[in-house]
Amino acid sequence: MEQSDRGNPYRYDMAGLQHKALEIRRDIITMLVEAKSGHTGGPMGFADVATCLFFHELAYKPAEPKWPDRDMWFFSMGHVTPIHYSCLGEAGFYPLRDLMKFRKFDGQLQGHPSCLDTPGVEVSSGSLGQGLSIAFGTAYGSRMDGHPRRVYALCSDGEHQEGSTWEAIMAAGHYKLDNLCTIVDYNNIQIDGYVEDTMGIAPFAEKYRSFRWNAIEVDGHDLPAILDALRQARACKGKPTVILARTIMGYPISFMRNLYEWHGKPPTPEQGEKALAELGTTYAEWSSRLLSN
Amino acid sequence: MPEMKKTREGFGRALAELGRTNPDVVVLVGDLTDSTMVSFFAKEFPDRFIQMGVAEQNMMTAAAGLSLIGKIPFLSTYGAFAACRCLDQIRVTVCYSNLNVKIGGAHGGISVGPDGATHQAMEEFSIMRSLPNMKLIVPCDFHEARKATLAAADVWGPVYIRFGRENVPVVTDPDTPFEFGKGLVLREGGDIALVACGVMVYEALQAAETLAGRGIDARVINLHTLKPIDKVLLTRAAEECGAIVTAEEHQIYGGLGGAVAEVVVRHCPVPMEFVAVDDRFGQSGTPDELMTAFGLRAKDIVAAADKVLKRKPERVF
Ligand SMILES: Cc1ncc(C[n+]2csc(CCOP(=O)(O)OP(=O)(O)O)c2C)c(N)n1
Repeated sequence: MEQSDRGNPYRYDMAGLQHKALEIRRDIITMLVEAKSGHTGGPMGFADVATCLFFHELAYKPAEPKWPDRDMWFFSMGHVTPIHYSCLGEAGFYPLRDLMKFRKFDGQLQGHPSCLDTPGVEVSSGSLGQGLSIAFGTAYGSRMDGHPRRVYALCSDGEHQEGSTWEAIMAAGHYKLDNLCTIVDYNNIQIDGYVEDTMGIAPFAEKYRSFRWNAIEVDGHDLPAILDALRQARACKGKPTVILARTIMGYPISFMRNLYEWHGKPPTPEQGEKALAELGTTYAEWSSRLLSN
Repeated sequence: MPEMKKTREGFGRALAELGRTNPDVVVLVGDLTDSTMVSFFAKEFPDRFIQMGVAEQNMMTAAAGLSLIGKIPFLSTYGAFAACRCLDQIRVTVCYSNLNVKIGGAHGGISVGPDGATHQAMEEFSIMRSLPNMKLIVPCDFHEARKATLAAADVWGPVYIRFGRENVPVVTDPDTPFEFGKGLVLREGGDIALVACGVMVYEALQAAETLAGRGIDARVINLHTLKPIDKVLLTRAAEECGAIVTAEEHQIYGGLGGAVAEVVVRHCPVPMEFVAVDDRFGQSGTPDELMTAFGLRAKDIVAAADKVLKRKPERVF
């Protein structure tokens, strides 16, 4: 099958991607203010990478989440649901108004992703250090079948402290799974502080390389650079590729940037209004956009 | 003495059969190819056999990933690692997502012998029973292990199958029916019900012989599927026999005994006794020595029967 038969349904140009990333960040702040709980920093920081994936890179059909020819992606760091759910909603897997029921009793968007509740979620997650192993299995099986799909494991830097993550890295290197790509949200932040202070993982790229991976470092807010890294990953044969996306937690909000206290809390309504002002909208405007879609 | 064979061989043979009939079946192993007897499959289907190294957590989740694209992954390692080391992976990725992953837990029970406590898995029943979507089968002999493995491929969702290490008596034959989720009455009787799984089925049959010699008719139930549990069969046994002894090669808390009691107390409370490992770790020894020392013999079932019969009411209801 040709790549073109099974491409991304949007394939936005640079201006389109930029605009979508902005809308997604507005979604994230709005849904978190409404939910009154959840993770803000990671999702904001990962928004540019995720936008490139959902609106340029990944092959999928929103109306047919289990389309057999789709690419597959796994949010191993389950807690970044706001970016995951916003992308799925913006991509058309479900109405955007569902975002306003994030984490609520009568909604379908659980605090951490549940595949039995939410279309577009392949596997439930929330316990760190498992997504890369799942992706390994899917990539291995896809290659066995001669299927052209690419498999993406979206991981956090913190979960590279889990031994099981390295089990998967070792296995994927051993089996030369070049249909597998890991993208790391390398923000150097985890719950208790900076990753390097808590349990250092540097030199990160070298570690992957020594496990027989192709490693690419990229500015995780530079859209053309991200797209280029994804292209390089696709072109690399005989090895899996990791894209270490250097991101800034909370980006671009002035009072969130690079502050680890934003890992796991939502903005208050006042903070939300300030953040949305920085993103060029208001809570009233953006929540009504979500509710009417 | 009946014929002796290993349940893990039943698993291994069945996997090779499945390999021939079902192209979706794949097998993963964690550096235990021969001892979990997946070697038959490995030899015949090298392209569908995946060596995962000593990395059980990755193996469990990789199996999940394979299931997502329509494979039916069977993974195999010792039960001590399958059930305990990978529990988080089983809980979140496999069970919460309800994925079609089949877990073969070898080396279950005290009869594992000289390797000692670390390798004698005796907690899998309670662990697996507590997980939503998980199903649990504990075959009693070679033939049943083979049938259970074939059945697991046809039952959607996560299935854990427990195997032992040693040769154990063959108490069923190739034609004995096996229906997933349905217990099997191996011997009729109305005075007491002996409910057993795994190798304890043989011990229960022996115990029934002894009891028969004393004029006590024991019904022997082979409860190979612990979850979902056969409520109908157990309730009928409670109603008709009025007393129950359970027997399992597993810790006493939360295993077969607990599972049966949960059904019985709700539907027809009758006195019960439990033959199981009494809340302690195993140790090295020969399987024979250990089965005796840990109270898992026919005579222990007979003693439990004597005890429970004293508490049996004159009439049920
Ligand atoms: C196995 C496991 N241990 C602990 C946690 C609790 N927890 C949630 S997020 C997190 C770490 C956060 O760091 P990172 O994953 O890098 O995410 P970021 O802060 O960048 O969003 C922890 C310890 C968990 N979800 N899973």
